[in-house]
Amino acid sequence: MKRLGFAALAASACILANPASAFTVYVSNERDNTITIVDSEKMEAVGTIKVGQRPRGITISHDGKVLYVCASDDDTVEMIDTETNQIIGTLPSGPDPELFVLSPDGKTLYVANEDDNLVTVIDVEARSVLSEIPVGVEPEGMGVSPDGSVIVSTSETTNMAHFIDAETHEITDNVLVDTRPRYAEFMPDGSEVWVSAEIGGTVSVIDNETREVTQTITFEIPGLRAEAIQPVGVKIMPDGKKAYVALGPANRVAVINTETYEVEKYVLVGQRVWQLALTPDEKTIISTNGVSNDITFIDTETDEAIQSVTVGQLPWGVVVKPQ
Amino acid sequence: MSTGWNAASAPDTATVPALPRNLGLRQYLICLRGICVREGLRFIHQRERFVSSLVRPLMWLFIFAAGFRQVLGVSIIPPYRTYVLYEVYITPGLCGMILLFGGMQSSLSMVYDREMGNMRTLLVSPFPRWFLLVSKLLAGVTVSVLQVYVFLAIAWFWGVKAPPLGYLMVLPALFLSGMMLCALGLLLSSLIKQLENFSGIMNFVIFPMYFASPALYPLWRIQEASPLLYKICLLNPFTYAVELIRFAFYGQVEWLSLGIVAGLTALFLGAAILAYSPTRGLVNRKQDTGGNG
Repeated sequence: MKRLGFAALAASACILANPASAFTVYVSNERDNTITIVDSEKMEAVGTIKVGQRPRGITISHDGKVLYVCASDDDTVEMIDTETNQIIGTLPSGPDPELFVLSPDGKTLYVANEDDNLVTVIDVEARSVLSEIPVGVEPEGMGVSPDGSVIVSTSETTNMAHFIDAETHEITDNVLVDTRPRYAEFMPDGSEVWVSAEIGGTVSVIDNETREVTQTITFEIPGLRAEAIQPVGVKIMPDGKKAYVALGPANRVAVINTETYEVEKYVLVGQRVWQLALTPDEKTIISTNGVSNDITFIDTETDEAIQSVTVGQLPWGVVVKPQ
Repeated sequence: MSTGWNAASAPDTATVPALPRNLGLRQYLICLRGICVREGLRFIHQRERFVSSLVRPLMWLFIFAAGFRQVLGVSIIPPYRTYVLYEVYITPGLCGMILLFGGMQSSLSMVYDREMGNMRTLLVSPFPRWFLLVSKLLAGVTVSVLQVYVFLAIAWFWGVKAPPLGYLMVLPALFLSGMMLCALGLLLSSLIKQLENFSGIMNFVIFPMYFASPALYPLWRIQEASPLLYKICLLNPFTYAVELIRFAFYGQVEWLSLGIVAGLTALFLGAAILAYSPTRGLVNRKQDTGGNG
């Protein structure tokens, strides 16, 4: 009743100046114990996968065939076949895995074990633990350098970013950052690591050569208390020119110019925005909004929110299947 | 209108002049132009009026919206596809507000014309009464719609932006909504005896219509607070004008609103024509008590 076919078409044509091609988006719903599958073109949920308890960290193999999900309360990493959407196995992750990162060669998974102050290194093919690296208290964020030689783990209570040599599995540097570091993201050229601090409300930029904080990015939104600004997920565009930072209960994603380290824009999304993912065509950033139970699609050209799509309860992580 | 006088006095007889009924389209257009130009001139000459008509919605946008600003966004309701800021939400309502005040302003000008005697000049013209009223209506709406676009331009610089095509698609919605509100104004003007009573319009028409509508807050919010108030909102013609404008901004047609606004436009206009008709109208009777010289 409400819309005319052509009017809707015209509207979508003008809102989506360049319609994104269809990608499959996987969202982990922490409270629902499910993964919601979303079609990025239709911008609607097309399916759900039942997984273990409290799914949080989510990533996908580089060929897009296997989805890895941290089932935190089941103390395991589940592997899901993206063809059949069936769980095909588990990886021995150690207790309470929260976030992980897959090495650039796709062979090794580095998992942060929040309760045990460990980073577990897993051989994906052999499905076995290669080693356990003791880090600071409550490790959470995990980043890997583009060449795969350096791993960064952030520990929430120690407030440090630990630089780990991927060969020796030894910590080489500890860099103090702001309170409760949540996420570590390497620049595509490997020159910098961006670490978000949830309570500190900042993003620290660490030089990968000197291992020193060179910039601290702060956020300010008129009408919001500073405590409401809690940076979590970070995504840097592959050309390295723009970075997106999810600001938690501020309900916004900050767009940062990586040359000036200035915030250029705040994009309004759903409530308690947590993690971010980029589509392979680099046209869309997707944010998970935990409290409003939805995800928001953001156009990376205009940096405007296009649409929000309801998923399961407490969406936490998001990953897009490469094509 | 001078053209009207000339045409009427052409067949000069001692008794009541027989009105020539061979008025062509050209004459009609001249009349329409005359009324539009007069409305336009009045508008341009009263620069304060132009400014004040813009200041009102801009104050709401800059000050009220800032104070009331739900910084965390308004929850998603159609036609919005994602979270929007409060400023974005109230902009269609503020467009409606301009049209509403414009409509009432034309009502005021009718009463003023009647008191000052200008109305007689208009009403003795040989053109049918309905045509004069429709011309008056079109003139008033055109001025209001122009105001809306100036307002939207300022809002655009303030960062309140609709999809580019929306600015075009909203035009028919603005026009139709303006027609409805102007027709309502005309109808009311036939009921008001004196200029002083205009403040009553403010109290009993403009404010209730404006506040009991989704202009400032989504209707589901009102429903949450009071189901009765929600029903009142649903009976408010302005509700549908605002929703029609809101959906048009996003290239969508809200058919229910369109139907109601179009229907009410016809109803109000018909009633106004009836009220102004020389034989049955309310105007003649009212004029006795008015301060008409």
